[in-house]
Amino acid sequence: MHKPTTSVLAALGTLLALSTAAIAQEGPIKMGVLEDQSGDFAVATIGKVHGIELAAEEINAAGGIAGRPLELVTYDTQSDNRRYQEFMRRVLQRDKVDVVFAGFSSASREAYRPIVDQFKGLAFYNNQYEGGVCDANMIVTGAVPEQQFSTLIPYMMEKYGKNVYTIAADYNFGQISAEWVRDIVKENGGTMAGEEFIPLGVSQFSQTIQNIQKAKPDFLVTLLVGTAQASYYEQAASADVGLPMASSVNVGQGYEHKRFQPPSLANMYVTTNWIEEVDNPASKAFVEKWRAKFPDEPYINQEAENSYIAVYLYKQMVERAKSTDHDAIRKVIAEGDVCMDAPEGRVCIDPKSQHMSHTIYLAKVGEDHSISFPKVWDDIKPYWLGDVGCDLTKENPEAQYTPSDNPMKSGG
Amino acid sequence: MDVLSGLFSFLYQTGDAFAFLVLSACGLAVIFGMMGIINLAHGEFILCGAYVTTSAVQMGLPLPIAILAGALVAGLVGMLLERTIIRHLYSRPLDSIVVTWGISMIATQGTLILLGSTMPGTGTPFGSFTVGDYGYSVYRLVLMLAAVATLAVLWLIFTRTRFGILARATIQVPHIAEALGVNTSLIYSLTFGLGAALAGLCGGLYAPTMTLVPTMGAAFVVEAFVTVVVGGADIFLGTAPAAAILAVVKAGLTSWQGQLAGQIGLLVAVIVVIRILPRGLTGFILRERA
Repeated sequence: MHKPTTSVLAALGTLLALSTAAIAQEGPIKMGVLEDQSGDFAVATIGKVHGIELAAEEINAAGGIAGRPLELVTYDTQSDNRRYQEFMRRVLQRDKVDVVFAGFSSASREAYRPIVDQFKGLAFYNNQYEGGVCDANMIVTGAVPEQQFSTLIPYMMEKYGKNVYTIAADYNFGQISAEWVRDIVKENGGTMAGEEFIPLGVSQFSQTIQNIQKAKPDFLVTLLVGTAQASYYEQAASADVGLPMASSVNVGQGYEHKRFQPPSLANMYVTTNWIEEVDNPASKAFVEKWRAKFPDEPYINQEAENSYIAVYLYKQMVERAKSTDHDAIRKVIAEGDVCMDAPEGRVCIDPKSQHMSHTIYLAKVGEDHSISFPKVWDDIKPYWLGDVGCDLTKENPEAQYTPSDNPMKSGG
Repeated sequence: MDVLSGLFSFLYQTGDAFAFLVLSACGLAVIFGMMGIINLAHGEFILCGAYVTTSAVQMGLPLPIAILAGALVAGLVGMLLERTIIRHLYSRPLDSIVVTWGISMIATQGTLILLGSTMPGTGTPFGSFTVGDYGYSVYRLVLMLAAVATLAVLWLIFTRTRFGILARATIQVPHIAEALGVNTSLIYSLTFGLGAALAGLCGGLYAPTMTLVPTMGAAFVVEAFVTVVVGGADIFLGTAPAAAILAVVKAGLTSWQGQLAGQIGLLVAVIVVIRILPRGLTGFILRERA
């Protein structure tokens, strides 16, 4: 009796030792998470970290990615572009992560992108933005102007009139987005009643409100970023501006309709690829799951969903590539069928631009700040980069294009 | 009619900018002008006032009382900080910058951790009125009145009350004041508390019109410092005229070329003033008189 037990134990021990060695060799898949958990943007971005944590927990409970656990390496970037650069170097060089999920503001993305390119890292930018990043080291799951503005602006012009005023945050996001709005308004036979760019951090809008009233536009496009600028709505409402508003960033990111007293955001129209009010079974189940893990979450926004989806898309890419190697992952993306059923609907990664297709919901804020969805556009593809000559399956220019600066323009 | 409505609009915008500059700068000016402490935690006293005011309104207090509560709490917190930390730094102005900066970061991050990333607003009271083509907020007129009233009350405190006289005596020649039986340590506490309470008042007054987040103090700090730097050490000879001049510059440029121009104008004005008048408007006015 004695002897066989020992040998069984010994065999077991060897087996255990071997399997531990095997795991140690592979180890966990490390994911860097650089998001603003404090500072001016924190309101919109803490949910992104929660989305990543939720997805990671689910994936690890179900056996990890290709059998390897997913380990998060999280840093608080403090809404500060320099922190992005420091932490991007740290996760790529010291922590040696396999992939990084990073960034809210476009200024921070452009601050860290050269570092990702330098170290041939792979970064996911899970945020809506002004579009145009043609860089094989970046995968973008957020919505872009051809998805948000090409839908929103013509709808607003048809409904309210063709005279448009834009107020936008004064940095690359606001400037390039305003250029998109200008072009689309012109294409549709409208005119710009005015444009004003607001420095980040400005919180007093009396004069801006008056400039808008002077120009008498049919509707206002608000591309305001950060919590200081969100004060505009309260101040405009108290001066009774009463214009319909359109936005690609508000409500869907900073849930201003929850934070301000009604009716300061009444008649605000936003194109978003998902917000917690979206009413379908998948979305409801997602919100329920989220609330179970984070009962105190003030609001689950568009970027939280993007971040959650992105973890699953990364899992799919790694499992199909059978490796975390960057080139292997690009080959999988090039097959053109990296898709999943998300809370918003079916989404796919476009191989040419490495951006994502989206269901676009037109959210309307009512007098009591309730949300309705007058219109939904299914499966809007991120086609613009491909149209202007970005094809990441062929070459990698590591550039950002704009409507006035892209290969088509310089070619013709 | 057009001229009148244009004139009203200019006065309203200038008054609005003036109110913002005066209310954000008063507390800073008291603490810097009277005590020589450069208080980088100024924005966080404003934050404190705004959060207390909003919570009080949500608990059902009427807004004016809630604003006073905000100022009071900020003042008490200020006195507490003075007793425990600031008083050891009176002869070390550079150290006081670092310490108050540290306090500011602890307060911002502490608020974020304890109270979350945002607080729902209470909405701006009183509605709007129209002059000519433009709609205006009634509450902004209240803010302008509050700014003028604050200056008036401060003037009364410093010239007509026993505390004001003792405070000025203590600040000018501390050891003689002490020899004459003035409790200078109490006076220092009260003066710092007054500065903090003024910051809290500013936060309380602006709370209904703004986003309530832990970093909201930062929105006031630049304007506050600019006004105090241009004004120099005296509130009445410095801060008030500086706020008036800067308000005209800011409102004029913003109406002409937008917010960016307004911000640039404000900072250029500071550079020009510091170059020509190193001691601010206070120094200029006092020299004229002498």
